[in-house]
This record gives sequence, structure tokens and C-alpha cells, in this order.
Amino acid sequence: MSLRDSVKTLWATLTGPAKHYSLGFLTFGGFIAGIIFWGGFNTALELTNTETFCISCHEMRDNVYAELKTTIHYTNRSGVRATCPDCHVPHQWTDKIARKMQASKEVWGKIFGTISTREKFLEKRLELASHEWKRLKANDSLECRNCHNFEYMDFTVQSKRAADHHARLLASGEKTCIDCHKGIAHRLPDMANVGKQ
Amino acid sequence: MRHQDRQGLSARSVLLAFTVVLVTAVVAGAVIAADTTATLRKDDIAAQKEPPPMPRVENQDLKRARNYPEQPPTIPHQIRDYQVDRNVNKCLTCHSRTAVEQSQAPMVSVTHFMDRDGQVRGAVSPRRYFCLQCHVPQTDAKPLTGNTFKDIDAVIKDTVRGRKGG
Repeated sequence: MSLRDSVKTLWATLTGPAKHYSLGFLTFGGFIAGIIFWGGFNTALELTNTETFCISCHEMRDNVYAELKTTIHYTNRSGVRATCPDCHVPHQWTDKIARKMQASKEVWGKIFGTISTREKFLEKRLELASHEWKRLKANDSLECRNCHNFEYMDFTVQSKRAADHHARLLASGEKTCIDCHKGIAHRLPDMANVGKQ
Repeated sequence: MRHQDRQGLSARSVLLAFTVVLVTAVVAGAVIAADTTATLRKDDIAAQKEPPPMPRVENQDLKRARNYPEQPPTIPHQIRDYQVDRNVNKCLTCHSRTAVEQSQAPMVSVTHFMDRDGQVRGAVSPRRYFCLQCHVPQTDAKPLTGNTFKDIDAVIKDTVRGRKGG
């Protein structure tokens, strides 16, 4: 049988009505299969949305994760901490899928060892950081605000200087979190030309 | 003969060295027994002391008095995780010449722009780049020892009083 014939047969099977299975079986079977597939897809997606997954690659574990460990987003008095996806993956489903599709580039990078050594990583750090700054600037620091909600900030318990800056620059919308709080979770690249273009 | 000589000399010097060590040890022992050595350690050297709680960094944003005019001002706020290296100087993101308008922080003084010949340069001089060499935050820790420091006003006042009295 040639390829043409087999395609024809397949097309005929798909377009024709079911011969052996009842409508009920197909409806409920389809429904249940849908749950299983959708659940499986989401579970797999959520699995890639964990810190354990992120640091299963040495690029993340030895560079950015190692740097995060000393910062307040990893260790602090109350023990509330941010994991990688809290800041780097949008929480809304559509945005999340969009980000996950972008992340396929990271799979490419992993395969070809784009940042496989510390030196390569440092070389590329400005570019990688710029992507994140651009993203946070564009969505008004959404991932910061998922936890740090401006509505509930009590300026009276902030230090004078912080309260002043937040009241003056953040409240007016003149600045967003990332404008001032760069490099709070990871080390910064050479900043000599950042923000001067 | 020479060979023998040298041997005799070395025996004598060994004896001398031994005596010196012995005397030093005895004197040192006496000093330690008299507890005149300045030390912060009051516990037995073999004992594991309970460490004091970590002091808190003062974060009041209030300028402190200086003990003498040349004293570098202390930092009145937290500086946890501030990155100061060849890539970036976190302090200067608020205290630099151009940033102070937004931050309303005090600008680093003009001395920081001077090279060693006193010539004012366009940016902070490399020798003044590492802020924490001179400026430090303060904690609420109690001082471990007292001190008898008097600032210049107190010294002048004492001198004047001394003259009047004498």
C-alpha cells in the first residue's frame, strides 16, 4: 500500500461515522480522556514550574540559585520565601503559556551549552538580565506585586527613606518596582551603560 | 678544630635559646595570671561559649553626630546585600551626583572625586570607590569595652578650665 492510499484510508476513518462504538461511549470516553490528557498536561506543566526542576540544571543551580541563597528572598526572619517561578513565571494561565513557549529557547540553550560555564554565563548576564528587566517593566512589576501589594503597604513601618520613595515615586506611577530594585535576588552585571540608551 | 668549635657554639646557643624561652614563658604566665592582658575573651579557652544574639542594624535614617570633623559619616540605614564591585556600586545608585535629585540622599562629597593630586575628576575616584572602607552602618550592640575618647570641644573646655584654675 502506498503512502497516498494509507493517508486516504486514515482520512476516510476520521471523517466517517463510528461503526462499532456507541455515541455514549464516544462522548463519555472523550470526556474522561479529556480530563486525563488535560490533567496530565497541566501536571507536567506545573512540574516544570518548580524550583527543583529549575535547579536540576547546573546552569541555574551554580549561578543564579547560589546567588539567591544569601538574599532576603531566600532567607529571612519569617521564613516566607520566593522560589524561582514566583518571580520568573507569570501566574496567569495565558501569560504562563506564552512564557513557557519562550522558554523553549532555553532548552535550545541547554542543549548547545550557551551558558554551560561560569564564564559564558557572566558574558551573557547583561543580556539575560535585560530580558527580565524588560519583562517586569512592561508588566508593571507584576511578579513583585503578586506578593508586595502596594494597596497593603504600611508606610509607617517602613524606614523613612523607603516610605518617602514609595510615596513619591511608586504611588504616582512614575516608577515601578524594578526601576529601583534591580539586583535584589541575583548579582548585577556591568551596569555602566544600563538605562543610558 | 673549626668543626669542633662550631659544635660547641651551637650547643651554647641552644642552651641560650632554651633559657630565653623559659624566661618568656614564666613572664607571660605571670602576666596572664595578673589579668593585665587586654582581651575580650573571659571564658576558658577550651569552653564553647554561647554566642551573644546578633545585634540589629540601625535603620533610622537619622544623621549621627561626628566625633571629629574628618570623620566619615556612618551609614544610618541597612545595607544588606548591597553590591559594590567592578560591575556596579549600589550605594551610588542613590548617593551619586546625578541620583540625588530622585533619591534626596546626600551626595558623596567632592573629596571623593579628587585624585591623589587633589584634581577633581568627572566620577568618583577609584581610590574612594569602595564605600565600606570608611563608611559603616551601626548596630545596637553594647560596646564590649569602655573608652576615654573626648571630642575637641571637651578637650578645649578642659584646657580653658585648667588655665583659669591655675
